[in-house]
Amino acid sequence: MASYSTNEFKSGLKFMLDGDPCSIIENEFVKPGKGQAFNRVKFRNLKTGRVNERTFKSGDTVESADVIETDLEYSYTDGEFWYFMDPTSFEQYGADANAISESKDWLKEQYVYTVTLWNGTPLLVTPPNFVNLAVVETDPGVRGDTSGGGGKPATLETGAVVRVPLFIEIGEVLRVDTRSSSYVERAKD
Amino acid sequence: MYDKDWQPSASLDHLKRRAQFLTEIRRFFYQRDVLEVDTPILSHAAPTAPYLDSFTTQYIAAGGQKTPCYLQTSPEFAMKRLLAAGLGDIYQIAKVFRNGEQGRHHSPEFTMLEWYRPSLSYHQLMAEVDDLLQSVVALPAAIKMSYQQVFSEYLAIDVSTVSEQQLKQLAMSRLTSLPEDWQADKDGWLELLMSELIEPQLASSGCPYIIYDFPASQAQLAKLHRSEDGNTVAARFEVYAQGLELANGYDECLDAEELSQRFTEDNLIRQQQGKATMPIDQHLMAAINSGLPACTGVAIGVDRLLMLKLGVKDINDVTSFRFEQS
Repeated sequence: MASYSTNEFKSGLKFMLDGDPCSIIENEFVKPGKGQAFNRVKFRNLKTGRVNERTFKSGDTVESADVIETDLEYSYTDGEFWYFMDPTSFEQYGADANAISESKDWLKEQYVYTVTLWNGTPLLVTPPNFVNLAVVETDPGVRGDTSGGGGKPATLETGAVVRVPLFIEIGEVLRVDTRSSSYVERAKD
Repeated sequence: MYDKDWQPSASLDHLKRRAQFLTEIRRFFYQRDVLEVDTPILSHAAPTAPYLDSFTTQYIAAGGQKTPCYLQTSPEFAMKRLLAAGLGDIYQIAKVFRNGEQGRHHSPEFTMLEWYRPSLSYHQLMAEVDDLLQSVVALPAAIKMSYQQVFSEYLAIDVSTVSEQQLKQLAMSRLTSLPEDWQADKDGWLELLMSELIEPQLASSGCPYIIYDFPASQAQLAKLHRSEDGNTVAARFEVYAQGLELANGYDECLDAEELSQRFTEDNLIRQQQGKATMPIDQHLMAAINSGLPACTGVAIGVDRLLMLKLGVKDINDVTSFRFEQS
C-alpha cells in the first residue's frame, strides 16, 4: 500500500488513521521557534463522518486509503441496506444507514448518486446537487398566484419536505437543490 | 494551451506596496545611521541547528573538482564577521533558504531583515524592534513579557522548576489532537505548548508580544545571563503578532569556546536523527575568537511583516512567485 509523507498532505487526500479511512480538510505547517516542525491536520473520518484534528511530526508518513468515488444507480432498499448498482458492470453495492444519512431523503430508483467506496464498501452516498421529484402531498394550490410570496411545505416522493410557492399542486415535478433542501423551479420536461 | 501558472502569485498592487515597504525599512535604518551590507548567499559552511535544514549544492571547478556549498538560512555568520572586523551597526535585507519549510506562513525561499547593533543593549534592541513595527508596519505598541511570565500567566507553569513529565501531562490533557505516542524532550514540550496554547491567546489581542529570556537550553547563539528572578536564562527574545512568529533576537554570545561546544552538540543531535552534520563555520569561529564586540542582533521575516501590513493570510500573496512556480 502506498504511503504519504506530511509534505504531500493537502485537502482531499485520503489516508488511514487508527484503522479508519479519513480525508484531509485542512493542513497547516507549523514550525515553533527553533524547534521541530509539525503539521496540524483537520480531517474527516469517512466512516463516522466526524471532523477531528491530529498533529503529525513533519516527515511522518501515513498509509493511503483505498477510497474511490464512483457514480452508481440507486436500486432498492430492504430496510437494512440501500442497494446501488454500477450501470456498466451491474455490480451491486449495499450501503448502510450511516452511509446514506446525508442522502436518504433524496433516494429515487434509477437516479445516479456519487458513492464513496472504501475497499469496495460504500462509506458515503452523495446526492446530485439538483434532482427532479414529484410532489405527493401539499395544501391545495392557489391558482394564479405566481408571486412566490409566502409559501407552504410540500412532501416529495422520496420523503423530503421542502418549502414551495403557493401555486404548486400535488403531482407536479419540481427541481430541488439537495444541498439546501430548497425549491428551485417547476421541472421542465 | 499554456496554463496560467506563469502569472505572479501576489497582485500587482501588493508588489508595488512591497517595493514601497522595502524603501520604508531602508529609510528607518538610514535615519538611525545603520549601514546596509550585503554578504554572500552561498557559503562553504552552514548552521548546525538541529531543526534548520540548509539547501546544499556543489561548486564544480573547471577541472571537475567538487566543493560542497550551502545556501544561507540567514546572513548571521557573515554579518558577525563584519562586526568582528569593526564595521559597527549594520543591517541587511537578504534572500534566505530553508529546506522543507512550506505552508501558509512559510516558503523555502524568503526575505529576511537582519540587523546588529554594537551600540544597543538587549532591551534597547527590543525597543527598536517595537519602533520598527509601529513606524513601518503600523502595529500597536508591543507588550513585553518574559518567557517565565508568559508560561505562568497563560498556563500556570513555573518554567524554572517544571519537570518534563508535568509538561507532557499538560500537553496530553490539553491538546486532544496529539497522538499518544508523541515523543519530545523538555524543550520540545515547551515549544509545543507555546505554539499551540499560548500563541493563539497572544494572537487574539492584536498587539505584538515580545517574549524575552528563553530557557538556557534554547539559547542558540544568545549569551546566557541572570534573569530578574535570578535564574540562568538565554538572552534571546522572540516577537509574535496576530498568530505570526515575526522575529528572533539575541544578546550575542561572544564566547567562541561556548559556541563551538553548542555547535558540536547540535551536530550530535543531527547525527542521532539521521541527518547530515554541518561543517562548522571556521571563519566565524576565528572572527569571534579575534574579538566580536558586545552586540545585539535580530532577524525578522520581511514577508510576514508585509502580510501583517496588508492584512493577508498567505505568504504567497506578498511574494512575486510562489515556490512551485519559481
